[in-house]
Amino acid sequence: MSDETTIPQTLPRQSATFSNDVNSEIRRAAATGIYDIRGGGAKRKVPHFDDLLFLGASMSRYPLEGYREKCETKVVLGTRFAKKPIELAIPITIAGMSFGSLSGPAKEALGRGATLAGTSTTTGDGGMTEEERGHSKTLVYQYLPSRYGMNPDDLRRADAIEVVVGQGAKPGGGGMLLGQKITERVAGMRNLPVGIDQRSACRHPDWTGPDDLEIKILELREITGWEKPIYVKIGGARPYYDTALAVKAGADVVVLDGMQGGTAATQDVFIEHVGQPTLACIRPAVKALQDLGMHRKVQLIISGGIRSGADVAKALALGADVVSIGTAALIALGDNHPRWENEYQKLGTTTGAYDDWHEGRDPAGITTQDSDLMARLDPIEAGRRLRNYLTVMTLECQTIARACGKSHVHNLEPEDLCALTIEAAAMAGVPLSGTNWIPGQGGF
Amino acid sequence: MRTIDMSTTPLRDLNAALQAQAAEQTEPTWEILNPRGSHAVAVGLDAPLAITIKGSTGYYCAGMNKQASIHVTGSVGPGVAENMMSGSVVVDGDASQYAGATGHGGLLVIKGNASSRCGISMKGIDIVVHGNIGHMSAFMAQTGNLVVLGDAGDALGDSLYEARLFVRGAVKSLGSDCIEKEMRPEHIALLADLLERAGADARPEEFRRYGSARQLYHFKIDNASAY
Repeated sequence: MSDETTIPQTLPRQSATFSNDVNSEIRRAAATGIYDIRGGGAKRKVPHFDDLLFLGASMSRYPLEGYREKCETKVVLGTRFAKKPIELAIPITIAGMSFGSLSGPAKEALGRGATLAGTSTTTGDGGMTEEERGHSKTLVYQYLPSRYGMNPDDLRRADAIEVVVGQGAKPGGGGMLLGQKITERVAGMRNLPVGIDQRSACRHPDWTGPDDLEIKILELREITGWEKPIYVKIGGARPYYDTALAVKAGADVVVLDGMQGGTAATQDVFIEHVGQPTLACIRPAVKALQDLGMHRKVQLIISGGIRSGADVAKALALGADVVSIGTAALIALGDNHPRWENEYQKLGTTTGAYDDWHEGRDPAGITTQDSDLMARLDPIEAGRRLRNYLTVMTLECQTIARACGKSHVHNLEPEDLCALTIEAAAMAGVPLSGTNWIPGQGGF
Repeated sequence: MRTIDMSTTPLRDLNAALQAQAAEQTEPTWEILNPRGSHAVAVGLDAPLAITIKGSTGYYCAGMNKQASIHVTGSVGPGVAENMMSGSVVVDGDASQYAGATGHGGLLVIKGNASSRCGISMKGIDIVVHGNIGHMSAFMAQTGNLVVLGDAGDALGDSLYEARLFVRGAVKSLGSDCIEKEMRPEHIALLADLLERAGADARPEEFRRYGSARQLYHFKIDNASAY
């Protein structure tokens, strides 16, 4: 054997189980002793609307002319019990996000954009601000376990009331707002000391379960003269039964938020490991409504990872009445914009990955209470961007609906869809592309 | 005085008539007969009315009250005076769970006993209970005063913020971050005023004061076992 003989070496092999991401979290946990808190929704890849395709029209379906034949988008919510249902020009709303987690200008921008687009926006776990009431033609007022800032005057100023039972990012979890964002104004609205790490309860303080909720909804209707539509928001946990129980409790509208739905601040382990993907939630919820004879009578709003008009159209085709956006709306305002890359780098992150919304150091001035940072967001310009984005999504949805021969976006149906993967086919209840097989429903 | 008999008048008509007084201000004194455990009686009021409810009510009696003085001669179900903003509610009998939950202001007096979670998440309301209160009372209570002439159940004041708790009798156990605190002269004066307004025959010096240790106000690994 000569010295020149070399022994072949294997390439360094990274563990799929102990990946660099996993190892970095282990090191972070070992150094700090506390779980990782962040904003946003689930980042893991799960079956989603990208795994569905529309079939379009051909010999057996007539399409509508793109620029000549109307495809309606108007939606009415709250037709079950409310004296004053709300009417939206488009089937896309803005999800609940709190003042406190978001800056005042950001809330104003959401109101402006939604109003320009003919849709509603929603308060959050911090009460109703003048910025959003003043700039939102249609405002949904959230009724949360914390009841921060809750009062009968704001209930009556609202156009609808949303009883929040859960959210997709953390079904079973309560709100969280860390001390960096508890300024005097935020603390005053929440009756809390300035600068504390605020924990919100995960259960409502004065009712437990759907039988109690039915009485709570009665009280809310009595206080507001039976005028307002009452929504019940649930996280994507057990969508069939949760939807059925919300209907039983008297909801006019059910809001169902899948695990890709965002949060201002929650434990990463909660966001990534609790709850079901949005795609998996829709059909069980629709089936619950159909089994009760309430589909289209109790409206269904779907949220969690909606990004485009294609996503809107797919959610509607699966049976939703409306979709709701949160994270996408923030991106339209300017969140995670490349123009702030240098500042993201200083925060140890990069454009597109910034999720430390709880720290209040958002370079884009959206998820902050720092006066210098929030001054970076022009609420008028940001509102216009949101309006543009909502308009594009609506046009995209109409384009798809026309291609499927539908004169209203609500006429889209599961039969217009196929799935690219077995998982998506099973969750959406539509055939795997190129087959007539719907996993779980026979026919293989 | 105007009398409404709930055996013949629907709940909606009752509440609509009372709520209309916010604008009309035509009748300051009301009597409600035969509530028979009805839910959501006299909710969402916003006028300085004097209302006597003769009998017992169900859930959420006097919910979100503003300005009105409401007297219930019987007992009340869960959530009496929930989220009250101002005014007063006096209950001659007992109260079920969540009495005064999330109340922002006003005075709630329970002349009997109150069940569990009395004063949960209170935000400025004053509550005086002549009898005992159940477990987990004043959970996450933020501001305001809870006065108990009798005993308190388990986990009083768990995860308390800045609300002040005064108990004359025994406290079965204190919740996380709730501790006994010194009764200073300003607390004696505050308590004397509350007891007088609540018609309670007790001396402030007989009470102990409990409040937040403020150790859970910021996340610390050393406090993990308390959560």
